[in-house]
Amino acid sequence: MSLVESPQTDTLPKLVVRNAATDPRGAGMREKTRGIWQTYSWSDYRDQVRDFALGLASLDFKRGDKLSVVGDNRPQLYFAQLAAQALGGVSVPVYQDSIAAELVYVLNHAETSIIVAEDQEQVDKALSLKDKLPKLRWIIFDDPRGLWSYDDPILQSYERVLEAGRAFAKARPQYFETELTKGRPDDTSIIAYTSGTTGAPKGAMLSHRNIITTAEAFAEVNDVKVGDNWLSYLPMAWVGDASFSLGMAMVARLTANCPESPETVQRDLRELGPDVMLAPPRIWENMLTVIRVKAADASPLKRRVFEYFRGLAERCELKRSDGRGLSSAERLGLALGEILVYGPVRDQLGLRNARWCYTGGAPLGPDTYRFFRSFGINLKQVYGATEASALISCQPDAEANPNTVGRPIPRIEVKIDDRGEVMLKGANVFTGYFKQEDVTRDTVTPDGWLKTGDAGFFDKQGHLVIIDRAKDVGKLADGTAFAPQFIENKLKFSPFIREAVAFGHERPFVVAMIAIDMQTVGTWAEKRGLPYTSYMDLSRKPEVADLIGGEIAKANATLPDVQQVKRFLLLNKELEADDAEMTRTRKVRRKFVAEKYAKVIEGFYNDAKEVQVTMEITFEDGRKSTLTSDIVIHDLVPAEPARRAA
Amino acid sequence: MDDAPILDVVALSKKFGGVTAVQDVSLDVPRGGILSIIGPNGAGKTSLLNMISGFYKPDTGRIVLEGKNITHRKPSEIAELGVARTFQNIALFSGLTVLDNLMLGRHVRMNAGVLSSVIYWGMAQKEDIAHREACEEIIEFLKLQDLRKLPTAALAYGLRKRVELGRALAVEPKVLLLDEPMGGMNQDEKEDMARYILDVNQERGVTIVLIEHDMGVVMDISDHVVVLDRGRRIAAGTPEKVQRDPKVIEAYLGTARSRSGA
Repeated sequence: MSLVESPQTDTLPKLVVRNAATDPRGAGMREKTRGIWQTYSWSDYRDQVRDFALGLASLDFKRGDKLSVVGDNRPQLYFAQLAAQALGGVSVPVYQDSIAAELVYVLNHAETSIIVAEDQEQVDKALSLKDKLPKLRWIIFDDPRGLWSYDDPILQSYERVLEAGRAFAKARPQYFETELTKGRPDDTSIIAYTSGTTGAPKGAMLSHRNIITTAEAFAEVNDVKVGDNWLSYLPMAWVGDASFSLGMAMVARLTANCPESPETVQRDLRELGPDVMLAPPRIWENMLTVIRVKAADASPLKRRVFEYFRGLAERCELKRSDGRGLSSAERLGLALGEILVYGPVRDQLGLRNARWCYTGGAPLGPDTYRFFRSFGINLKQVYGATEASALISCQPDAEANPNTVGRPIPRIEVKIDDRGEVMLKGANVFTGYFKQEDVTRDTVTPDGWLKTGDAGFFDKQGHLVIIDRAKDVGKLADGTAFAPQFIENKLKFSPFIREAVAFGHERPFVVAMIAIDMQTVGTWAEKRGLPYTSYMDLSRKPEVADLIGGEIAKANATLPDVQQVKRFLLLNKELEADDAEMTRTRKVRRKFVAEKYAKVIEGFYNDAKEVQVTMEITFEDGRKSTLTSDIVIHDLVPAEPARRAA
Repeated sequence: MDDAPILDVVALSKKFGGVTAVQDVSLDVPRGGILSIIGPNGAGKTSLLNMISGFYKPDTGRIVLEGKNITHRKPSEIAELGVARTFQNIALFSGLTVLDNLMLGRHVRMNAGVLSSVIYWGMAQKEDIAHREACEEIIEFLKLQDLRKLPTAALAYGLRKRVELGRALAVEPKVLLLDEPMGGMNQDEKEDMARYILDVNQERGVTIVLIEHDMGVVMDISDHVVVLDRGRRIAAGTPEKVQRDPKVIEAYLGTARSRSGA
């Protein structure tokens, strides 16, 4: 029986109360502060949520009101969201790195009346916007550091709200229970704004039913144990975090652990050794880059040992995925490698205890995927969408495969429409976009099918395969299908390439814009005694162009001839979410990039050797400036005709 | 009583051989404020700080901390009484971690004897935990969490300056002497450091004596400014007042007559 069928457990805050009753001493949430992991038991958790909820009530927060949290993952921000929901309110988490203009749009559209801000940085942002936010009544801050001179009456400290809540409880002891009981599973729990790869953000409304039933379905097909440690490090505004740090934590009693600061995540991850893990491809790509850089810096002997066992692991992994058995020599080798290389690497990454890891949010290159699996990390693919409560399908342990996104979770239906678009129906489908019925009608058919916007198909095994965003899949001039992400992922396997954007729709051949990885290319240049001053300078070095050219040639070797990258350029700045080139979850916004670099793309196809680009760049504080520069376009020497004598 | 200066320096002089570094300098440091000492190179600013913290013995004059004469105390005693400092040229143990450097700063606050420390039980253990907590609080305050376990030698210059501030804070000072905390920093780092100094002053209630060359920073954050030139005090007062003082302008820009022979 699903939890939503009982009025005792049909909302997230009711589940906090249930967890506190069943397991009062169990660890509900941990936070690393002052160098130590501090635990909130489930009964502490409930008390925090209750007291804060009553504090909100004393600030006149009512059923249907919206509360926004903004900041890095902190227990207080999770408590605040559940507290708002306990009173029948809606939580609207926003991206902590959003620039002011983006925040104004979301907070206004969502009609946020209370902001809970992590620290001074976020308070400053909120205060600078308050004149543009007519509905905003309070800004509550968690960390008082640096706020001694602030006297704006809109500010309240988190502690003061808790105290007010305790006082409120004395005056009206039944209030919390009464309000909690009024909650219904179909009330909206969260409005998750998707920055989207196109257009203005849309607010996807997710009900308690959405989040609870999706978590239940996920727990059913995955090995999830009570008390499993989960690291809450993903942006709180991303629905993927909400579905684990709130959904799974409430439903399956996962313990959410908040890292000390964004800079310490890698170290905290290693200390904690989470039991389960979800990370977007970017994190896996970064981990791989770090391992490779460290391996390259190691002494020659260590490097050779590493390379040997890495090669062995990769061969064995390929054999296994083809269903072929391993020879006893290979098995012995793997056992030795486990002691010498694989185990220690997993330990360094903090994945020694992880029973399963998922990659999701965007496609991960198959080579990166295989690398982690070959090192004994149970990495699998998960597929989801904000509008589908973050989860649509995932891979069973025995069926990991880099090319698919696994089987649909239980109790949902997935079909492919005649245009190849993935559609689904089930309890995980959201209730609509907030105040945007017209867009909702475009996204959900009258009979309840959600259009994901992704092109895909089912393979023989019954796994869903995602090709690309449906609108991105194009055709080359000669009619061959062209899926840019597929090519980009091949390119991004190179440690020197941080981001790649491929173009080719209705064009004779494929071209790519490359953003180099400052760290790895920088180290590479230093080793060669190549002086450089900045990202821009580095990206203009002919030596670097040769290096990247070589990397692209390697990727080309694995691509069919027509899909190979023929020309490329090196961007003189990284793609930035602040410049609207990427979403806050760091997916490339192809349309914006294409518009911004229209001149460059033309240059690719009219044989130009150099293009002048003027573009606007946005600084972190929202200031803008323009940058004009010449970008060289490089031709890729085809691999086939061997080098001619110069 | 609160109006009485926390630190009272009366007619301090110091000679090195034939050179007079500081001559007859007096200053009152009001409790809870930020007092800046400015002046051209060689004006005697650092010498003055060195005398207050006990590194130099003044030839004449006296230094009174909260009514107590500390003129001839040892540096460690002065630190124990609540005067901490940072140095112009960073003085950290470069092989030790950030945390260990801060723990060393706690040294003057540690009481456990050798024997009880070796046994590490009861009081000693409790004390150690309390000191670690105090250091962790500073780490959080100065946002050094990700550097806690790194040796200071591995840190960038601006960060080392911040660690040095942390080490001085670990002493739990009443008065903090900062000798060019922003020297050699870029604008961003300067802004950060100014922020930290203000926070130390306001949130932790520490009185600050600051030597700094960046006039923008000095004028922005100081309550009082004292100007030294060639070992003498030539002006004192609010930043606005000092900025307009003709003697100060002369000391900084010089006049044709006064400097031609120099």
